[in-house]
Amino acid sequence: MAEISIRNVTKSFQATSVLREVSLNIADGEFLTLLGPSGCGKSTLLRILAGLEVQTGGSVAIGERIVDGVRPKRRDVAMVFQSYALYPHMTVAQNMALPLRMRRLSSWQRLPLLGRFMPGTTATTAEIERDVTRTAKALGIGHLLARKPGQLSGGQRQRVAVGRAMVREPAVFLMDEPLSNLDAKLRVQMRAEIKELHNRLGVTFVYVTHDQAEAMTMSDRVAVMLDGELLQVAPPQQIYADPDDRRVAEFIGSPKINMLEGKVLEAGLANMAGAAFSVPVQVASGTTITIGIRPEAFHVVDSHGLNVLTGSVRMVEHMGSDLFVHLDVPGTDHPVIARLLAERAPQIVSGQTLHLGVKPERLLLFSADGRRLRPEDHAGATVLRMKEHVQ
Amino acid sequence: MSTPHSQGLSAPSAVMRHCVLLITGALILVPFVWMVSLSIKPPGEIFRASFSFWPQQFYGIENYTRALTEAPLPQYMLNGVFVCTMIVVLQIAVCAPAAYALAKLDFPGKNLLFAMVLIALILPHEVLSLPLFILGYQIGILNTYAALILPFVVSPFGIFLFRQFFKTIPDDVIHAARLDGLSELAIVWRIMVPMALPAIIAFAIFSVVSHWNSLFWPLIAVRDQSLMPPPLGIMAFKNEEAGNDYGPLMAASTIVVAPLIIAFLSAQRWFVEGLTGGAVK
Repeated sequence: MAEISIRNVTKSFQATSVLREVSLNIADGEFLTLLGPSGCGKSTLLRILAGLEVQTGGSVAIGERIVDGVRPKRRDVAMVFQSYALYPHMTVAQNMALPLRMRRLSSWQRLPLLGRFMPGTTATTAEIERDVTRTAKALGIGHLLARKPGQLSGGQRQRVAVGRAMVREPAVFLMDEPLSNLDAKLRVQMRAEIKELHNRLGVTFVYVTHDQAEAMTMSDRVAVMLDGELLQVAPPQQIYADPDDRRVAEFIGSPKINMLEGKVLEAGLANMAGAAFSVPVQVASGTTITIGIRPEAFHVVDSHGLNVLTGSVRMVEHMGSDLFVHLDVPGTDHPVIARLLAERAPQIVSGQTLHLGVKPERLLLFSADGRRLRPEDHAGATVLRMKEHVQ
Repeated sequence: MSTPHSQGLSAPSAVMRHCVLLITGALILVPFVWMVSLSIKPPGEIFRASFSFWPQQFYGIENYTRALTEAPLPQYMLNGVFVCTMIVVLQIAVCAPAAYALAKLDFPGKNLLFAMVLIALILPHEVLSLPLFILGYQIGILNTYAALILPFVVSPFGIFLFRQFFKTIPDDVIHAARLDGLSELAIVWRIMVPMALPAIIAFAIFSVVSHWNSLFWPLIAVRDQSLMPPPLGIMAFKNEEAGNDYGPLMAASTIVVAPLIIAFLSAQRWFVEGLTGGAVK
């Protein structure tokens, strides 16, 4: 059993604060991804979990045990590094056997020449060899055991790194961007293999990446991090469809979500980019809000009206099943991007005027400070929550 | 260097470069060749005006026999082997952990300590000989092997060289080793030192060469003939009677230098790699 609980963890290097009051619970056997742009503190958080760095404040528990101040090797966690961090002077078999040798053999039994004459060494060494061979076979690197890391390809090294972590059967797997050094094709393949490994082992995985595709495809839950803060922790669909924060909505999704600034005219109605939108939230008229519209939320309509954007087509990108239409809408800085199904969209050419409609329930509303406005929110509650946030 | 054309050099400049290298190489090689040549000549031929490499009368056996018997040269050589081995082993044992701490660990005063290592690197060892002599006298180790070995155990050059090399090893490897359960000392000996092997071997050669050839400190520290290292043995042929004992002197010199040349040639690959490996990664 290895649920992880992170409470109010902070980390600062001199004056720069890297993690601000991060709290997170990870269930036993869960696949959780820490997603964020580089420099957001996600790797630092992972290193704190591993015990490689010490947090400035807060506390980490793995299983039932508070592990603050516990050395990495006593935490029952294994880590796969972005650079793989294999020992170049050892063979694959020696690389994978090292964590087992350090745990199962006493320091006398590990002595270079004398060790093999100590009682029990031969039996334990044979057992270690068996475990290494079994793990290597499971990962399809059984034939590489005698090679050194320098003689392996990127994908093979990656498997050895996973194997070295797997062979000691840890309660928690930590992975720090393990796929970012691989080419695109291998990355997709290894993505599936790691997910399969998680299903087979059933232990807790904490996976760090800046690649939203990896996060969305592999995780049970995604934790989006930005500037040392956790913005939202939720299953992938919810992160995409129901973001808590403007920055989450903007980070997830490709092409990027369209953001339109506007003012609330009267209850339930807002004006932006020359169009009227129904906003099912109760905010005072005159308040500035932002409407987020996912590119695929648009559909072509015949004429201008409520919840319809009108503009001239700047560019059409054919993606096979979809069309990406870039629309210049008067009153916006950036072109609005719509993703339309190729067979549903009529022949669209650049230069023509196009009306794009959105269903009101697909509008994502954000207040001026970037927080999500949900239909049940009303102005008073928003103000209260903003105050809490400031404090 | 061996492939000037692949570096885009034109033929004349390649020829020029090789000429310069050949001349420099010859300048360094000539004294050694002369030494070997003299060591196999009889006294009469040594001072002859004309020069030839091969002697008219081969006198090598006599010279080498005298070199080996007149002074206890084998004893000196054994002393040299023992002292140099001890020095190099202890130096690595001290320098590798120190360099690891300076390269990879964070602790207050680290930069100050490293600055002190750099200062020590600038100081020639001879400057310290008087304090070391007094210290050796106080703790009563003068005229023992310890007097020849202990002053050299902490090598600022070794610490500096290893630190530079260890710095090129990625932190992730050390993190992985910590997670695999290695203690900090185990990381030094099982991960860092094997990965820095070229630097270690280069340093070992430097150390052995300089201490094998060391004359100044042994002259001060030991008086007992049974403790003297090889260079003191060569001195034995210089001072007696006249200056005409050059044949055995050169023979002794050849015997003393030979182990170094053999060791260098067999470890040449490592030596060069160790000197450049840290800088050009």
